Amino acid sequence: MSDTSAPDTGDTAASADTDLPTELPTELHGCPVTSSRGQQVIHVTVGQYLDVLKALTDDGYTMVVDLTGVDYLQHLRRPLPAGLEPERFEVVVNLLDLRRRRRTRVRVQVPEADAVLPTLFDLHPGTEAMEREVFDMFGVRFDGHPDLTRILMPEDWVGHPLRKDDEVGRIPVQFKEAHT
Amino acid sequence: MSTDYYERSFAATDEGGQQLKPRSEVTAEELMREVGSVLRLSEAEAAELGDLPDDPDEDQTMIINMGPQHPSTHGVLRLMLELQGETVLRCKPIIGYLHTGMEKTGEQLTYAQGGTNVTRMDYLAPLANELAFSMATEKLLGIDEDIPDRAVWIRMLMAELNRMSSHLLFMATNGMDLGAVSMMIYGWREREEVLRFFQEVTGLRMNHNYIRPGGLAADLPAGWRDGVLRILDLLPERLDEYDTLMTGQPIWRERLQGVGVITPQEALALGATGPILRSTGVEWDLRRDQPYLHYDEMDFDVVVGSYGDAFDRYAIRLAEIRESMRIVRQILDHLPAGDYRIQDKKVTPPPRARIDESMEALIHHFKIFTEGFKVPEGEVYVAVESPRGELGCYIASDGSAHPYRMHMRDPSFVNIQCLPHMMRGGLVADAVAVISSVDPVLGGVDR
Repeated sequence: MSDTSAPDTGDTAASADTDLPTELPTELHGCPVTSSRGQQVIHVTVGQYLDVLKALTDDGYTMVVDLTGVDYLQHLRRPLPAGLEPERFEVVVNLLDLRRRRRTRVRVQVPEADAVLPTLFDLHPGTEAMEREVFDMFGVRFDGHPDLTRILMPEDWVGHPLRKDDEVGRIPVQFKEAHT
Repeated sequence: MSTDYYERSFAATDEGGQQLKPRSEVTAEELMREVGSVLRLSEAEAAELGDLPDDPDEDQTMIINMGPQHPSTHGVLRLMLELQGETVLRCKPIIGYLHTGMEKTGEQLTYAQGGTNVTRMDYLAPLANELAFSMATEKLLGIDEDIPDRAVWIRMLMAELNRMSSHLLFMATNGMDLGAVSMMIYGWREREEVLRFFQEVTGLRMNHNYIRPGGLAADLPAGWRDGVLRILDLLPERLDEYDTLMTGQPIWRERLQGVGVITPQEALALGATGPILRSTGVEWDLRRDQPYLHYDEMDFDVVVGSYGDAFDRYAIRLAEIRESMRIVRQILDHLPAGDYRIQDKKVTPPPRARIDESMEALIHHFKIFTEGFKVPEGEVYVAVESPRGELGCYIASDGSAHPYRMHMRDPSFVNIQCLPHMMRGGLVADAVAVISSVDPVLGGVDR
């Protein structure tokens, strides 16, 4: 606090201190926050996921703009905040606060052995199709989702195409009367 | 294929079919949950609705397929409708008929090639796709502030013209779906004028790959200003004709007003953006609220509706064409001279003439076209306002020349979730009007 012995330094320190909250916080709702090219990213575990999303909704992030997944099988050693165990799958939720015109992003580490997340359907009904897409493409299940079926692939499809170990596949092309 | 193959397939996928189940196969509780899910409501909300039809007998209802080959489904959208007489009780969109795995393809292509891929997603707004992808790549590269001013202004010009062409096509299809067939011809005719300009500039009518990471593929050609002025001179008169033909016409109004109503709360909960969200009165336009390019210097209005019905969505799109013309006029006054792409050797290929004189230029040229440029590790989400709403691009990079993961948040994919909600309790004849007013592009939905 303001000390008479050192008014100058105390003043600058105080002003720097009050400036801090306008910068990106380092922690939000008990989860580490990083900045990715100036965009705020909140890193959560599966256990924290639903609570953090609820808290963020109360903070004003009322719209889930996008929910998608990433399979980090070939890139497990990506930079993450200290203390966070990198897992194979990540579910990325982009949130929008229309009133204050700001965005944030939640990255959830989803382990391969138990790739299950609670659904956001009850909180944001608009995630219904997006969660189905992530299930279809990555095989991450959403607990409590009302209609967890494939959405883009045929229903008898085997495998999850956007997984990194799902081969692209090629069809050999043979041209008629081609010069050999 | 042997039956054995199918048996194994179904054994491996226990998630069940995508179809709308008949009432006899679902218990009351499941039905409640299912109605909630096709209406995109939580169970509690579905129960609170209270207006659920009291379980009509199975022989009173029927489930019909609309699409995937129905002319009003804008491609290959398939809707399963449960009807009681002419009333729609439940509806479920089934998509994926145009799925070609473009996000997976995007992982195989370099960033320099990515534009050719994303431009084919929402094929009525190809430049918006390219813009989102390029801006995301540039943000990852850290050059998003260094794009030459002329390139930024040209991007804005093209994006606005693209909005006009997309909305003009909406005018055509919306008219056609509702029986105003001459409107279809008019809409296509005007859109063709814009596409002709695109062809002059980019060489292609669609799928341009014109906006690229680092700038543009080429500068505007000689005589481009006359091309834009021609469109600007031509359109106001034609749009007034649309007003005469449709906006004030009693049959048109009767057909659209009060059809497919959605409230702002529902639209926000469903993640709807663009004209659908604005038709409910929510003023949200990324061009104004989270400005990118030079939209903050532009003077334009965000047009909103008040009833959230199909007529509002029609009127908003018509007004947005006029607003886009206002923006284009301002761009013509502002467009600065300068370079059309960033002169960063690692990102943009050297000019053709330099390749003959400089060994270094030749090497850069070779590197960019064989292995592409490397993008630092990281992940970004960049959104632009496409004609249909928020078009976002999420790219995760592992430091190589290919996106590790490239995801496009397509507005049509999310907006299509509004369909069951808008159709419920309406007439099957209005279903066509509702699909049309959502204006989904199946290339974007299925990707």
